[in-house]
Amino acid sequence: VADGIAVWRRLVAAQVRSQLQYRLSFALELVGVFTIAFLDFLAVLVIFHNTPRLAEWSVQEVAFLYALSSISFAFTDLAIGHLDLFPQLIRDGNFDILLVRPRGTLLQVAASDFQLRRLGKAAQGAVVLVYALAALHVHWTVARVVVLIVSIPAGVLIFASVWIVFACVAFWAVDSGEFTNAFTYGGNFLAQYPIDIYGAWLRRFLAYLVPLAFVCYFPALFVLGKPDPLGLPHVLQFLSPAVALAALSAAVAAWRVAVRHYRSAGG
Amino acid sequence: MRENAEPAPRVAAVRVDWEIAKRGWRRYAAYPWATAAGVFTNTVFGFLQAYILLAVYRHRTNVGGYDAHDAVTYVWLAQSLIMTVYIFGWTELSQRIRDGSIATDLSRPLDPQRYWLAFDLGRAPYHLIFRGLLPFVVGGLVFRLHYPRPLDVLLFVVSVALAVVVSLGVRFLYNLPAFWLLDIRGVLILAVAANLFFSGMIVPIAFFPHWLGDVARLLPFASALQTPVDVWLGQSHPWQLVLQVAWAVVLLGAGRLVLRRATRKLVVQGG
Repeated sequence: VADGIAVWRRLVAAQVRSQLQYRLSFALELVGVFTIAFLDFLAVLVIFHNTPRLAEWSVQEVAFLYALSSISFAFTDLAIGHLDLFPQLIRDGNFDILLVRPRGTLLQVAASDFQLRRLGKAAQGAVVLVYALAALHVHWTVARVVVLIVSIPAGVLIFASVWIVFACVAFWAVDSGEFTNAFTYGGNFLAQYPIDIYGAWLRRFLAYLVPLAFVCYFPALFVLGKPDPLGLPHVLQFLSPAVALAALSAAVAAWRVAVRHYRSAGG
Repeated sequence: MRENAEPAPRVAAVRVDWEIAKRGWRRYAAYPWATAAGVFTNTVFGFLQAYILLAVYRHRTNVGGYDAHDAVTYVWLAQSLIMTVYIFGWTELSQRIRDGSIATDLSRPLDPQRYWLAFDLGRAPYHLIFRGLLPFVVGGLVFRLHYPRPLDVLLFVVSVALAVVVSLGVRFLYNLPAFWLLDIRGVLILAVAANLFFSGMIVPIAFFPHWLGDVARLLPFASALQTPVDVWLGQSHPWQLVLQVAWAVVLLGAGRLVLRRATRKLVVQGG
């Protein structure tokens, strides 16, 4: 594993250096991504223009959910967002090239296209987070600080696991790209709003089975000291890291099974 | 024996349009699994958006003239029309400009804009039927939706057709900077973001603050989505359809103008 991380770091560092070659172009893209991301948040504000509360949530509280989900998703996107193009790799038969190299395929796919400009989205999420925290008057305790800080990497791992699992579908169905979007981009969209507003069956499937509720809903309840509108066990609010590790193990296992089923298109 | 001579040029041109349109349909009909995957995703987003808007109606009964059923109908119609009016980025033209294929296109006895319009008017019905119908039916099974009067259905079809033309007009225009820029990614990101927000795709324009809603309704993006939906809901004003026609004419005209400007000094790199 340590060796894998070292390889990944070297591959990513090389890409970062190349992207920083054109400083102005990079800066413009970063600013562009940062600015555009606010249109997304504008949608939240437009909704709250019509109501003081969304179910039992204030605009600051939803902003907090939005920020946590956006930051986690932006880092996931930064690390493996190019899995969007993964079906193309299968279609062209280029996945064969990865198989003959002496490193794990998942590691190689993950390290293949690291786009630093996606940090613009994380920065936008951070700005919203600062706004939300400034407006919310959270009663900070050590436990709350820890849960907040841990929720970001846990969220990243959960989103990454979802992305990997649903990218695996491409091994069987090459035209599955849009199907994956429902869980990745759809997952981020879902997590940005309080999950108690969704229908029960949708919640069961997309928030618990696909564990998107653990990205920010449960940690946010604890940090904000908010009673759970769904009345679920208190312990769930601390489970995000455990759920994240379990999800990642499941995703890696799914990837292994999928690779074993890979039949080359003959590239 | 004049009857057996070549058909009149205008008839021949329409025949060419028809053949191009058929190819537009077939291009997308060739990937049924991609269509199925898209239907699934539109349906998931439909559910998410419907529940979000319904949460607003726990505290309100009417928002900007929409009751809860109108708002949910809006969500499902928007998801159903998302491919028909092609909200997301379209780069086929800019790719042809970038790789030089545009030179071949220009040397053909076909007008490039007319070609893409015909192609798009063949594509759109495929997406309306195969990407649009199923999500709407699923939405209708779970939520109570608003169904239009028969006359409004007719008007809806007309308005969707106009929306497709307006959408192509916008897309054609944001592809043309490729003649001057090496990379139109920045232009594309901006155009898609404006399209998503100001068409009412993310949040219905009825939910916008008044001043922003008034501005949004005048922009071409609203003509590409909000207008057909308002027609379906029976909440449209005749001027919205007039505006659609006006935008279609203005955008196609602007597209021709810019294209002529660009091709006057066209230098093809390699090819």
